Amino acid sequence: MDTPCQGFMPGSLPDLLPLYYRRLFPYGPYGRWLSYGGVVKNYFQRREFSFTLRDDVYVRYQSFNSPQELEKEMQKMNPYKIDVGAVYSHRPSQRNTVHMGAFHAQEKELVFDIDMTDYNDVRRCCSSAEICSKCWILMTIAIRVIDRALMEDFGVRHRLWVYSGRRGVHCWVCDDSVRKWSSAMRAATVEYLTLVKGGSETVKKVNLTDPIHPFISNSLSLVEPYFEEYALVGQDILGSSESWEKVVALVPEYILWLLLREFPKKHDSIQRWELLKKKMEKCKPCHAEWEIMLQYCFPRLDINVSRGVSHLLKSPFSVHPKTGRVSVPIDLRKLDQFDPFAVPTISCLCSELDMAHEEEDGEKENEAEPEPRRRTRDYKKTSLAPYVRVFEQFVEEMDKSRKGELLKRSDLQGDF
Amino acid sequence: MEFSREKRLKARLAGDRRGDLYPHSLQFYLQPPTENISLAEFENFAIDRLKLLKAVENLGVSYVKGSDEYKSRLEREIRKLKFPFKALVEDDYDARRKDHISHFILRLAYCQSEDLRRWFIQQEMDLFRYRFNELTGDLVEKFLKYVNLSYGAISKEVKEKLAVQLLNSTPGLNGAKVEELEFYKVPLQEAMDLFRVRRVYLLNAFTYVPQTDIVAIVLNNYRTKLSKALALTARSLPAVQSDERLLPLLNHLSHSYVGPDYSIQKSIGKISLEHIDALSVKSFPLCMRQLHRALRDNHHLRHGGRMQYGLFLKGIGLTLEQALQFWKSEFIKGKVDADKFDKGYAYSIRHNYGKEGKRTDYTPFSCMKIILSNPPSQGDYHGCPFRHSDPELLKQKLQSYKIPPTGITQILELVKGMHYQLACQKYFQLTHDVDDIGFSLNHPNQYFAESQKLLSGGREVKKEPSEPESSQQKLSSQKSTSSCSIPISSNTEADTELEGLDAYFTED
Ligand SMILES: [Zn+2]
Repeated sequence: MDTPCQGFMPGSLPDLLPLYYRRLFPYGPYGRWLSYGGVVKNYFQRREFSFTLRDDVYVRYQSFNSPQELEKEMQKMNPYKIDVGAVYSHRPSQRNTVHMGAFHAQEKELVFDIDMTDYNDVRRCCSSAEICSKCWILMTIAIRVIDRALMEDFGVRHRLWVYSGRRGVHCWVCDDSVRKWSSAMRAATVEYLTLVKGGSETVKKVNLTDPIHPFISNSLSLVEPYFEEYALVGQDILGSSESWEKVVALVPEYILWLLLREFPKKHDSIQRWELLKKKMEKCKPCHAEWEIMLQYCFPRLDINVSRGVSHLLKSPFSVHPKTGRVSVPIDLRKLDQFDPFAVPTISCLCSELDMAHEEEDGEKENEAEPEPRRRTRDYKKTSLAPYVRVFEQFVEEMDKSRKGELLKRSDLQGDF
Repeated sequence: MEFSREKRLKARLAGDRRGDLYPHSLQFYLQPPTENISLAEFENFAIDRLKLLKAVENLGVSYVKGSDEYKSRLEREIRKLKFPFKALVEDDYDARRKDHISHFILRLAYCQSEDLRRWFIQQEMDLFRYRFNELTGDLVEKFLKYVNLSYGAISKEVKEKLAVQLLNSTPGLNGAKVEELEFYKVPLQEAMDLFRVRRVYLLNAFTYVPQTDIVAIVLNNYRTKLSKALALTARSLPAVQSDERLLPLLNHLSHSYVGPDYSIQKSIGKISLEHIDALSVKSFPLCMRQLHRALRDNHHLRHGGRMQYGLFLKGIGLTLEQALQFWKSEFIKGKVDADKFDKGYAYSIRHNYGKEGKRTDYTPFSCMKIILSNPPSQGDYHGCPFRHSDPELLKQKLQSYKIPPTGITQILELVKGMHYQLACQKYFQLTHDVDDIGFSLNHPNQYFAESQKLLSGGREVKKEPSEPESSQQKLSSQKSTSSCSIPISSNTEADTELEGLDAYFTED
């Protein structure tokens, strides 16, 4: 399906969104995801959705009786952006009818937001909100490091990684137990996962002390394979005296002088890094080499997004209003191949759909099929299909483990 | 939850088997006391626990927590106030009962705001930590079972398999120690404070906690329970506040410091108005110095400032006549003419001296009251400069008062830790050039009295703050070096019985 794809114009959004919400948004798996098997009473009904409409009109605390009702509302309002919030004690749309103070956020997925702008001090390829394939490696590293820790350390099973549509990634941790976590637990988790500390006033942002915790050594072994490609080649952090001064500021002083003297004799960043590593061997109780790697490559999480149970996060499959790119799930099995620039824009998808229909119209064979079935297959005619497939697999995994859990429980009861 | 009569009766009967009621010297305070206690005992218990928590706060800043010095001083306090201090003493029913009841009384007083709750939890946690660490290994086991926190120790094989990870996750261990220590497998959520800072090994939602760190788990659990309980108590507070015997008492407790209230001064009339400028520099605490300066500069103070400063001046001995003269002379330099002053402001000054209105003799504000109530807004100069100033401004102010930079750093550090009174204490030390002030600061007038005592090189100018005159209104507890009194409304009788405290605690 190599349809030529025109660039996205933000002004075209009002024309494209109705088509997207009518024909392309994957309502089926989306509704199944947020219903969580219908196990907890009114779980979907107590979920907050928030729509951003034209001219940044922001409508919070919306809730719906069913995924179908949500679908209808989306098709009616055609929101520029959709955010997902917490599951509340009462239906958010009725929050004004309950006694003051009683309305409170009860559960939500544990979410992480990793934004490229938080790395601006360690990437030279792009400025502010821009990204390119060179710095995208940072996101790949972040996903590898955080995902391993979530799975192995925290014993989490269901993690959905999503491209934000512009310059970062989101993670939704959906395990039943995790959705119940207090904000203190969420903050503690972010703290555990954080190694880079300090703002623009801090030069040395990573400080390792012995013993090196397994989380750190495990993370390092994930960062290491990317370091040369990202930092030494892509960013060329030891390429000129101006840039290596920033790096050597992170090593102990007596090595710093050695390096400043010998760096000019070397040819490129890779050679200079070899030299640095060799010099560091003599420096026993310090870990400057690792600290540099981590400062340049380790994931930087926004604690405020993760901590608050009621914090909103852009929904998967929402369209980014500035880039037009759909917020799509990322297949971790093909993480290294993920290319943010290959993610379809809404204008792409719409023209793919048009094209597919022109062909169909010529053949006139689907006439007899009922409208809903035709609709469910619509996204399959576009380049959104593989991403929806990833999403469906994620939802299926959750269904499966829920069934396993139920089976286990009924087995237990059978014993009595 | 309000217990039914029957249930209460049962609990009380059970309470007769005294040993069963408090099987351990330590507890999580899960059940409110059910017995009836006299108002006098209610107050004494409350005051003693407040004294204890204050001591915990002070010691925690002056000494390294857990150091020998800290422990021996804290033990002395606990002993002095007759709380349980040794886990093994069999016959300490009275101390355990006092511990139990007093904790619940202070919950009532300290559940009312976020600030109060935070302070209370912090001190209770420190106290608990000390007492838990005093338990012997045997009693630790017993206690953990008692509070349902017994975790399985991992087997030798598992430990061998994880040896490297355990070693690397637990600071301060060596291989030999890993071998000899027990490690417990604790669910992630119960070891939040440990995994948060990567002090334990975390694998598949379980932490592996060495026995030496089990205290953190217990504290984590206790903190969760206590903060939940305080939130619930706060919700049921309206019921307590409708009890007119308790309301003034609780309010006083939560605004309270332990010590005299400085409402009556033997030195009354010994201050002359010409000396106030000099005194404000030498002997006023920062809050009053700030108010005095603002008054002199602006020839005016808004209501909050007039109350705080006016009552302080009354406390250091200004007579009503002096006060009227003092305020008038300053106000008429500003926008207020003499006539307006006499008609308006003079009334409120006489009011403060109990000559108008309800004729209540108002007492000078304590530090707690200044810190916790009525925060200053734009144009106000009252409040506690350590609590209510922007740290940067505070720093500038201290610099302009010639406080040495190291001292300023220390003060700002205390402020950061929310130890405002200790910051003020530090300010006292620095301005009076003493290493140890030898008292615990609770009141601006105490600051003044201690300063005068020190500057005059002894006790000639000022005696220890006097005992309250109207003793029929004040129930004074035992006389110790810092005499202690707590005014309660006069319609209560000391022997009034209070219904079981459990009526005030809800479960949810
Ligand atoms: Zn880039």
